[in-house]
Amino acid sequence: MLDFIIRRLIAIIPVLTVVAVFVFLMLRLTPGDPAAVIAGDNATSDQIADIRTKLGLDEPIWTQFVIWISNILQGNFGESFFFKKTVAELIAQRVEPTLALAICTLVIAVTVAVPMGVLAAYRHGSLLDRIVMGFSVLGFSVPVFVIGYCLIYVFAIELGWLPVQGYIRIGVSFWGFLERMILPSITLAVIFVALIARMTRASVLEVLNEDYIRTARAKGLSNRVELMRHALRNAAVPILTVIGLGIAGLIGGAVVTESVYGLPGLGRLTVEAVLSRDFPTIQTVILLFSVVYVVINLLIDISYTLFDPRIRY
Amino acid sequence: MKKVMRRTLGAIAAGAILAAAGPALAQGKVLKFVQNGNLTILDPIWTTAYVTRNHGYLIYDTLFASDENNVVKPQMVDKYEVSPDKTVWTFTLRDGLEWHDGKPVTAEDCIASLQRWGKRDAMGLKLMDFVKEFKAVDAKTFQMVLKEPYGLVLDSLGKPSSNVPFIMPKAVAETDAFKQIDSQIGSGPFVYQKNESKPGERHVYLKNPKYKPRADAASGLAGGKVVKVDRVEIIEMPDTQQQVNALVAGEIDLLEQPPHDLIPILKKDKGVKLVDWNPLGHQFIIRFNHVVKPFDNPKIRMAALLAMRQEDYLKATVGEPEFYKVCSAAFVCGTPNAFDAPNGLLVKPDFEKAKALLKEAGYDGTPVVLMQSTTLPVLTNTAPVTKQLLEQAGFKVDMQSMDWQTLVTRRTKKDPADKGGWNILHTFSVAADILNPISTSYMVAQGDKSWFGWPTDPEMEKIRDAYAKETDPAKAKALAKAVQDRALETAQYGWIGQWYGPGASRANISGWLKAPVPVMWNIEKK
Repeated sequence: MLDFIIRRLIAIIPVLTVVAVFVFLMLRLTPGDPAAVIAGDNATSDQIADIRTKLGLDEPIWTQFVIWISNILQGNFGESFFFKKTVAELIAQRVEPTLALAICTLVIAVTVAVPMGVLAAYRHGSLLDRIVMGFSVLGFSVPVFVIGYCLIYVFAIELGWLPVQGYIRIGVSFWGFLERMILPSITLAVIFVALIARMTRASVLEVLNEDYIRTARAKGLSNRVELMRHALRNAAVPILTVIGLGIAGLIGGAVVTESVYGLPGLGRLTVEAVLSRDFPTIQTVILLFSVVYVVINLLIDISYTLFDPRIRY
Repeated sequence: MKKVMRRTLGAIAAGAILAAAGPALAQGKVLKFVQNGNLTILDPIWTTAYVTRNHGYLIYDTLFASDENNVVKPQMVDKYEVSPDKTVWTFTLRDGLEWHDGKPVTAEDCIASLQRWGKRDAMGLKLMDFVKEFKAVDAKTFQMVLKEPYGLVLDSLGKPSSNVPFIMPKAVAETDAFKQIDSQIGSGPFVYQKNESKPGERHVYLKNPKYKPRADAASGLAGGKVVKVDRVEIIEMPDTQQQVNALVAGEIDLLEQPPHDLIPILKKDKGVKLVDWNPLGHQFIIRFNHVVKPFDNPKIRMAALLAMRQEDYLKATVGEPEFYKVCSAAFVCGTPNAFDAPNGLLVKPDFEKAKALLKEAGYDGTPVVLMQSTTLPVLTNTAPVTKQLLEQAGFKVDMQSMDWQTLVTRRTKKDPADKGGWNILHTFSVAADILNPISTSYMVAQGDKSWFGWPTDPEMEKIRDAYAKETDPAKAKALAKAVQDRALETAQYGWIGQWYGPGASRANISGWLKAPVPVMWNIEKK
């Protein structure tokens, strides 16, 4: 197991190298000049050129790349072109809302979707099954921002139960934090509920047709034990895989959700950085997302062993 | 049920907030303001971004400022004198001016601030061409010695919009003009709270208890800057629909400029009111690239101008007539330098004349590249209107859509349009930036030193110079008209409509001053 973890951690290095080269080149090849953005609308070409020189953007691309990589290897992720802060500081400020949103979303998604999927499988072909599958199709089809605006209209504008937008840090006010997390988390969770419920239903349905389940039933096990101990546990591996793959979707969804709800997280930082061509920030955030994605999938792989003893690394 | 639920949730929330955030109650009256755009850069000399300019007005003060009628009045300056030959200007500061750290504001601070501003701002650069030297006479008095009389000294020092000649401490103002400053110490009516501010989330300002407002009433950006709240929070909210939702729900107090299509929602809500804080409004611009074909030919540029019809642009972008004005004056209708363009130019198109001019100029039918920005909603519809009008005049138009940041990069290129360059772009200006021939960057005709499009016209520069040197207001006005006439004669660029974007506030907010900049002093929250 330790060998497996070490091998997987070592495998992060080529992944990050490819991501770094790709992101760096994509940004340099995409139209858009941060110096022109910084200089503003009334600037002349000479003023823009001066700013470009100050930022080191007039150096050849390969020189810029070597400087960036060598700085990263020394733990220096650079300074944002705009914020007058190091990128590390910026990310540290923005990580809490995104982390909170991701955790709340996953908790809601798993809590709601797994029972929904299990029940749909158990009542296969029933009205309940059709409702769950109908919701699943809807959850996939409706864009995140539409769900967000609908929830805001009903729960914040019409009913006035929850705030429209904003974020309060958990250390400042727990209730303030919670009431501002409810709508964004539900918004982002809808697509995950749809995804996980569908996968849970399919996996549990497959397991329920296995011989050992029939045997368990014949032994007179209760429905609860049959479903929870035998069916769901054996269906867990594909469900975990979907959750792992869904992390990428979560990052993408967070970008939209954070913009709609005004959450000052990493998703919004990414959008702002892209729109203003803040190269150091975009590069670092994308590298961070890559690391998170790889590490979470490693944890998911490790967790397989908890549910299926046949899996060994 | 709804009320019970609200009360219950409210009580729980209040309890939790009391328990967890007791210190917040000591904040007093808080004004929550949402601007158009995120405040990322805190140096108003380093960038011309309006959000940064607004930040500057909160924490810095200016030597002079323009009032509601655009008349420049002393602000930090107590009195000033001009020598009989109009080359020596002596300024004396008001008593009791202090930096946020308690140190006194000195003449040396003012000189260093003006020198840094004079390296970045168009009007500052022009002023510095005339400045021979600055001299500190004593701690509160300094002199600006000119090489020859200059007619725009007060207009420059009281310039209302970007870049504003804000006064900073000498040590801060000595920062390279092309590097951002580190300090946020000013002498203005608010003190920036760096520890509480989180870019991308909120910026916090507290009332400056040491600030001594002028005795005269507040008017525009001039007069007494009396602060009537304890704290201002600039909330960063990128989504315009959410900005409106937050105002309707009472989560914010002021909204700088809601998009026109959402104004009907605000009009319906009794808890919200629209505020016309910027009565001068904005102006749309069409800019030609003078250094590449075909707009290097003045006849072809004129053919394009002959096809313009302002109302088409205004209907397509703003919609409601109450928020726009057909105005053929380059220096904005409703100001001293407003002059109608001759023969209905820019207002009534003459497609036949345009076609004849194109033929005479030998236009070969090569498509002109028109850049369309798709990420600034107010500009998005200008390019399709231009395409349609130019095609009616006989042009072939290749409209290329892109995000604004790509456009601002591409507009710096002087390559031919088919090799990554461009022929036409649209932008807009806040009216306060374009009130005279010197502050209007589109009027500069010095080739490479001009704004993008790089027109070269020695005659135009001669008239602009004469305007700059003219100290008689009547003669200066005649010269301003001559500049506008010359710009139309050479079809240097086109101004294609004036429009307004009101702000919005909660009904319990009053005292939002009419000015080219949204300012937070004088505002009361009941």
